[in-house]
Order: sequence, then C-alpha cells, then structure tokens
Amino acid sequence: MAGLRPFEDVLSEQGAVVMRVCRALLGPTDAEDAWADTFLAALRAYPSLRPDSNVRGWLVTIAYRKSIDHLRANARAPRPTGEVPDLVADGEFQPDDPPDGELWAAVASLPPKQRSAVVYRYVAGLPYSDIAALAGTTAAAARRSAADGIANLRKHYRGETP
Amino acid sequence: MPTTTTIDQLLAGIPAPDPETAARLQATLARRADVDGLLDVSYRTLDSPVGPLLLAATPAGLVRVAFAREGHDAVLTSLAESISPRILRDQRRLDDPARQLDEYFARKRRRFDLRLDFQLAHGFRRDVLAHLGDIPYGATETYAGVAAAIGKPGAVRAAGTACARNPLPLVVPCHRVVRSDGTIGQYGGGAEAKRTLLDMEAAA
Repeated sequence: MAGLRPFEDVLSEQGAVVMRVCRALLGPTDAEDAWADTFLAALRAYPSLRPDSNVRGWLVTIAYRKSIDHLRANARAPRPTGEVPDLVADGEFQPDDPPDGELWAAVASLPPKQRSAVVYRYVAGLPYSDIAALAGTTAAAARRSAADGIANLRKHYRGETP
Repeated sequence: MPTTTTIDQLLAGIPAPDPETAARLQATLARRADVDGLLDVSYRTLDSPVGPLLLAATPAGLVRVAFAREGHDAVLTSLAESISPRILRDQRRLDDPARQLDEYFARKRRRFDLRLDFQLAHGFRRDVLAHLGDIPYGATETYAGVAAAIGKPGAVRAAGTACARNPLPLVVPCHRVVRSDGTIGQYGGGAEAKRTLLDMEAAA
C-alpha cells in the first residue's frame, strides 16, 4: 500500500473546495481564518490518517466544524449595539436577523442537519453516500436533509437573481 | 419574475480563491505550521546551470537536494515516506541554502556554510559523505581514494554507490569524485552536469 502523499499535494488539490465550504458559512472575510484553521488542524492529524481515506470528505468535515466554531465565536464576540444572540439547546448558533441578500447568513441559519447536508452536497459536491458516512446516517436521509435545506433557503433567502 | 439562478446554483458557484489569494494563504499556512512545529519538511525549487533543483529542509537543516532527472515529485513522495508527510512548499527555511547555491554557481562561493541534516544516510554511506566534505573546491579524488580515506580500501564499489546516493549533491561535493581511469563517472544529475560543475570549479 502506498503511503501518505506530501501534504502540499493535498493542499493544492483540496484548498479550493475547503475555501468554498468556509465561504458558504462565513462569507469571504472570516473564511480565510477558518481555511487556515482547517489546514493547520489537518496538518497536525495528517500523519495518522489512513492512506486510503477519503481525503476530500475528511477535509470538508474539518472545514465545516472550523466554520461553525467561527460562527459561535462571532456570536460570543461583544457587539456595540444588539444583545447577545441566543444559543439553542444543542449549542448551534442561530444568527439573529441575518443580513438580507447574504447567502452565507442564510446557510448558517439553517437547522444543523440541513445545513451540513446542503454544504456537503451543494458546496463541496460530495456524493450522498459519502455524506451519509461522514454524518453517520443513510444516503436517503442525507438526500432528504439536503432537499429540505434547499427548500428552506428558497423560502428565506431572497437573493436568487433574475 | 422567473429566476434563472437558483439557490443550488448559487451554492455551487461560490468562488474558489484566485491564484494570488491561494498563494498568499499557502504562505501564511506554511508560516503558522512552522511556528506550531508542524512543518517537518519544507521545500522549494531553484533554477541553476545544471537545471532546476529541489531543495528540502527539516528543522535540523538541509536534508535533500535533487536534480530534475530524479523527478522532483518522486523525491517529495519518498521524503513523505522516509521523513514525514507533513511537507509544505516554503521559501523561508530555504532562503540561506538557495542564496549560497546561487553564490556557488556565480563562482562567489567555494564552501557551503549550512546546517545539514544527514538523516537520509547511515553508517558507511554517511562516513563517505563526511569525507567528501574534505575534498577541496576545484580538486578531484578517485572512488578508490575515497574508499582508502575512510579506512575501507576494498570498498571501492560501495564508495561509488554512496556517492551516487548522496542525498545532498552539490553541497556535499560528490561531483569531485571521479574514476581511476580519468573518466568522470556517474552522477545523480547526469554526467553532463558533473562535467559542467568540474569545469566551472577548474576555471575559477
């Protein structure tokens, strides 16, 4: 069995998809921090990754978690005006009053299952079988969550352009 | 009003970083990885009169110099297996080796003053490399001479193999070892590159 490839190869092949995942959840500015956090964490863990692993799925999962970390950190950061946003019971951030027309705010405010399915499927382009494996669910359930998420976005996000 | 761009298309169309941004992000990542002790091998390439060179370094020092004909990708793959897969392109750790090699090719430097990591050579091979550093700029020695110098006069062929597998060519001057019959012998960078280096040193 061949060993792990140089991490630089992984970075150059997967850097773009990781950035798109971070941008989908955070917008262009905060995405760069989440991107760097993702690859730093991945580099740390890389030597113990099994060489036959689904590297894209692995990185997309880390990128998703790091982006959610940033959403939570942003939610905790002191704001000059409004009140501190509530964190719901499972700890997922629900942005208060998402800025109109900002796709990432609409994506970030989806319920967690729908949000991860939408990001994994429509942003990262992972097949449902991979998403099911990553999320510990079935492909059918992942497909349903992604469809519900898209329907939800369609209802709440008015940025679709004519 | 009909919509022609749907949500799923918007999601699929979220842009990837442009090449300039990607390069900036990569450089920042390499720096942070180095600070966090996660950059086990840094590498860069360097243009030279003997073709593009791959330079690779660990925190201990320069660990590998490779010629284009060795296949830089293949060399990096083997470094991933023999040292660590935590490998990133990174200029900073290789600034000094690159500068000294440039000076060498410009005939402004006769000795390298670099930290070297000999972890890719062990035992006999390492003894040979240690001796090669004593062959002065512009001089040559035979494979038999090298074998004798390290106290193994019978190991001429093994001395040749040790030179051929030198992980740090140019910096550890295996190009200064030639055959007893006066022909220049094999070289990792090709016989032509060896000739170029010997001519350059002789002319200086």
